[in-house]
Amino acid sequence: MPREMNLDKSKMVVVEGSYAVAHAVKACRPNVISAYPITPQTHIVEDLSQFMADGEIPNCEYINVESEFSALSALVGASAAGARCYSATTSQGLELMHEVLFNVSGMRLPVVMTIVNRAVSAPISIWNDHQDTISQRDTGWIQLYAENIQEVSDMTAQAYRISEDRDILMPSMTCMDGFILSHVYEPVVLLEQDLTDGFLPAYEPEHVLDPKNPLTFGAFADPNYYTEFRYLQEQAMQRALKKIEDVANEFYDIYGRYYGGLIDEYRTDDAEIIIMAMGSVVGTIKDVIDKLRDRNVKAGLLKIRSFRPFPAEAIKNVIRDAKVVVVLDKNITLGLNEGALFTETKSTLYNTDVRVPIIGYMLGHGGRDIRIETIERVIDEATEVMKTGIRIESQFTDLREELL
Amino acid sequence: MKILPGGICDAGTTRVNKTGGWRTFKPVYDYDKCIKCKLCELLCPDSAVHPRDDGYFEFDYDFCKGCGICANECPKSAITMVLEEK
Amino acid sequence: MKEIRIHGRGGQGSVTAAELLAVAAFADNKFSQAFPAFGVERRGAPVQAFTRISDAPIRLRSQIYKPDYVIVQDSTLLEVVDVAGGLKDDGILIINSEFGPETFKLDTKARIMTVNATKIALDIIGRPIVNTVLLGAFAGATGEIRPGSIMDAVRERFPGKVGERNSEAIMEAYKMMEASI
Ligand code: SF4
Ligand code: SF4
Repeated sequence: MPREMNLDKSKMVVVEGSYAVAHAVKACRPNVISAYPITPQTHIVEDLSQFMADGEIPNCEYINVESEFSALSALVGASAAGARCYSATTSQGLELMHEVLFNVSGMRLPVVMTIVNRAVSAPISIWNDHQDTISQRDTGWIQLYAENIQEVSDMTAQAYRISEDRDILMPSMTCMDGFILSHVYEPVVLLEQDLTDGFLPAYEPEHVLDPKNPLTFGAFADPNYYTEFRYLQEQAMQRALKKIEDVANEFYDIYGRYYGGLIDEYRTDDAEIIIMAMGSVVGTIKDVIDKLRDRNVKAGLLKIRSFRPFPAEAIKNVIRDAKVVVVLDKNITLGLNEGALFTETKSTLYNTDVRVPIIGYMLGHGGRDIRIETIERVIDEATEVMKTGIRIESQFTDLREELL
Repeated sequence: MKILPGGICDAGTTRVNKTGGWRTFKPVYDYDKCIKCKLCELLCPDSAVHPRDDGYFEFDYDFCKGCGICANECPKSAITMVLEEK
Repeated sequence: MKEIRIHGRGGQGSVTAAELLAVAAFADNKFSQAFPAFGVERRGAPVQAFTRISDAPIRLRSQIYKPDYVIVQDSTLLEVVDVAGGLKDDGILIINSEFGPETFKLDTKARIMTVNATKIALDIIGRPIVNTVLLGAFAGATGEIRPGSIMDAVRERFPGKVGERNSEAIMEAYKMMEASI
């Protein structure tokens, strides 16, 4: 449900995206932070180190480690011991965590990480796309994608509320586009400490690791038990679908800011063409849609905030009456020639009566700028699909043919 | 029994699951030769060597698997492996 | 919406200038967005930074291709970078140079203006730091922003004497540019 959002300019300051996130982390009162610096996440951990050095984060340990693997491993122990834990990483750093990601979610530890999305090597690239997080989609982490720095900083508090809920107990990644959001300066309301203290109570786990009362976490499970653990994780993910909506609504009630729950919609009501996307490109798409609407092109935007859990029902309800759906992916499943959002959106519809044509574009890889002209062109092509049907189901766009 | 999410359970549950039964040879001390160097305690892979108040050690046959590492490593040959009578 | 591109060399504070411009514009009750040309930075290498200023919240995230204004911190960049590239015909190009605008033959219909920011900086700040001075020149040349807002932003970022001297230099450049319009 779209909501009015009135930003109070008097509360806003112009800061860098990374600073806004670090400030939000501080307002969430973490007990243990452990991270390893890596471009373009660096400014977040630098700002947090500064807060620590200035004594601005009470009751918190900042653990310096020698790798991302260790950073998240340290948080496994700390979270099991009852600490509210935070880390941030990107790209190769996230891939190095792969094994530990499963441990965190398997042990049902509500760790929150900011992922500053970046392409994955090789070839080496420090620029933005979504391959790093998409490649971790099956690890049992909730994945939320943000459109701007206001959303990603507010998302930090939302993520803790979702993850720490006893019905959920699954870790979260809040995803922001590297450089595009991490290094941008723009006006933002820094997450309010007083409101956050009300919104996000202290983390009180049911079971804690304590030498005086020893427990085993993530115990051995033979074939008689393993399946049931996975089943429970999936059930928690399904409950998170509602929780993410509830928390977004509650956040709106308290802070007056709203970015959608699982999804958000922009001018979709009568839209014939619906574009689906995640992350910062959503802002550019909104501008293009306004422009095209002036020319009577009935285009709308379906922004995906939650990629895990995947909001199948919500998506279906929005695109049901469209004439064509265009899915933009800053990632690729190599060997399938499709982006993940495209593949999963299609699969959501297969056994239903919703029979809308869907086409996919892979773009913005390795920081390739997504220009207004690109969005206009894919909408033009979608208009053609309405007349002729699908000719190319999924393709790269903005390819530089002259390099091939 | 119900499982707890996260695979959380009481610690030390192997204590009830005694594993000494599969031993063929069992280690036996000759305290006259022992110099209390602690090597047997340190090297036992099953932590089946426990210190006594007098500084010597004793075997926990509930968990000793009879691997013979202690006997092999003892610098004074104070441990002998003898066939279990079953 | 107005889009500004700042050319400089690594270490000259182009990114800082873009940020300060965004802070100042917001203080002027506009919305703003500043970002660097995301790249691998080296001291001395040509760099770019960007600012958008708008009456409405800014949603656009693509880079800037057709700026309304261009600021060049170092005229030697003209030999290696197409500083006028994409600049709108009715735009303004501000170059830090001791020479007059007619010296520069560039492929643009936009108005070229020059300011000797290095001299102003040396005279008033005592060091050849031109990024803040050029923001004063920008305010004078374009009228997009109040010089007071830039001075406030600079004083907040560099408290004490440094900020004061910078403010003075900003005002000087502002007046010079205003007079030459
Ligand atoms: S290793 Fe041998 S000498 Fe050393 S403490 Fe054990 S039994 Fe005694
Ligand atoms: S035989 Fe092996 S298991 Fe038994 S006490 Fe010696 S070292 Fe330990």
